[in-house]
Amino acid sequence: MKIQEIENIEISLLLEAIYGRYGYDFRDYARATVERRSRLFAKNTGLKSISELIPRIMRDEMFFERLVKEFSITVTELFRDPSSYKELKLKVFPILKTYPFIKIWHAGCATGEEVYSLAILLKQEGLYDKATIYATDFNDEALEVAKNGIYSIDNMKQCTANYLAAGGTDALSDYYYAKHESVIFDKALRKNVMFANHNLTTDGIFGEMHLVMCKNVLIYFNKTLQNKVLNLFCDSLIHSGYLCLGSKESILFTDVENKFENIDKGERIFRKITGTANV
Amino acid sequence: MSDYSAIVMGMSAGGMEVLINIFLNLDKSFPLPVIIVQHLHPMHKSELPDILRRYTAMEVLEASEKCVVEPGKIYLAPADYHLLVERDATISLSNDEKVNYSRPSIDLLFESAAYVWGDKLIGILFTGANNDGAEGIKAIKKYGGLTIAENPDTAEYSAMPGSAVDTGCVDLIYSKEEIKLYLEKLSVDKL
Ligand SMILES: C[S@@+](CC[C@H](N)C(=O)[O-])C[C@H]1O[C@@H](n2cnc3c(N)ncnc32)[C@H](O)[C@@H]1O
Repeated sequence: MKIQEIENIEISLLLEAIYGRYGYDFRDYARATVERRSRLFAKNTGLKSISELIPRIMRDEMFFERLVKEFSITVTELFRDPSSYKELKLKVFPILKTYPFIKIWHAGCATGEEVYSLAILLKQEGLYDKATIYATDFNDEALEVAKNGIYSIDNMKQCTANYLAAGGTDALSDYYYAKHESVIFDKALRKNVMFANHNLTTDGIFGEMHLVMCKNVLIYFNKTLQNKVLNLFCDSLIHSGYLCLGSKESILFTDVENKFENIDKGERIFRKITGTANV
Repeated sequence: MSDYSAIVMGMSAGGMEVLINIFLNLDKSFPLPVIIVQHLHPMHKSELPDILRRYTAMEVLEASEKCVVEPGKIYLAPADYHLLVERDATISLSNDEKVNYSRPSIDLLFESAAYVWGDKLIGILFTGANNDGAEGIKAIKKYGGLTIAENPDTAEYSAMPGSAVDTGCVDLIYSKEEIKLYLEKLSVDKL
């Protein structure tokens, strides 16, 4: 048997072991990344193969926790992909204004930059006060950072440029203050935000959302899991609710393709066109 | 029938010159898919496919999530995403941290393709001013594939192909013109 076939079996066994022992289901994640991360993790912990990870994972919870962190890629930034924020502001906010209250779900919010970004725009448009915002991820460490809203000052120049491209009106610096090497976001921005642990592979729906943002999470899943999670979002949205995905993600060729219509040129903001009940 | 199933290529500074030259005489009948990571200047981020289309009759695509790679087509990594190949010959994009200060990273493409295609893979590393791709070349060699580097002496920027050559894992060191001819030969050999 070729070495890469053996390694393919090893990675399957590892994911089964994790699922059986801890209930975390990575079996339908896009393999290439999970495999790369497992190889790196094995190498960095001085192990020679992926299968050597298995006995450690079975016996050592701390070791497992570290591997999960390795699988949770929390790379994010403020106003990432600014044109999608602009589209939200131009096309979705006017509709959201017509509701007496709104519920927004950031699924896979990582360290929270996306949550603060949207909150700022909601404030500027006078929508924040009637919003309840759920920010979820399965990585508690990332959620802790999100709750604090303190980020490195390094990237602020780029973020400010993105903010302007996203259609931000007043100065971004009105929403944070700088201290040492950090920027600390105004806690008023998270007044209406509830941070919670939610695992998209195993946990259920968040009901009656007006907008679900889930960016750069689905790319880490295979088709099967993408479909499952897209159905979860569809069921979590009100009739005519909006779904916003990452710039390389789409509902084309998925189960929910016919349950949404596309509302922007970039094809990443979708409006639900079926009823709330699952048809 | 070709002995190979796919070609992966990496290029950085100076790569534009390579891209607009090597595919000139190839068309949709080319027997293999070609998957490319080119470190992009933010300037021509999304225009790269459009530019390349003017210089080849092969089909040029920006690689999209989960698309199946097919012969006769060139897949370019989109800006700011890593491009990896899955075992079912589909493409995955990822947002992982930069690798070698790069996203997309050549190493990630090469390594993932090595696991998928093993000895049926050709990896070609061109001009560049960093050392992305060297680890990827090692992986392709380890899994039995054929590795080619542009000759550092004639490459516009020698550092990248040079560090690949330094790994001792490069099978063929070719000038850009020789690589072009090699590809054209592959195209004919299929008959
Ligand atoms: C690349 S980040 C995206 C962050 C942000 N949405 C953005 O676009 O900038 C992906 C996030 O998805 C989270 N994630 C991955 N699998 C998940 C799952 N099964 N349930 C919940 N969150 C998950 C990771 O923990 C990580 O924080």
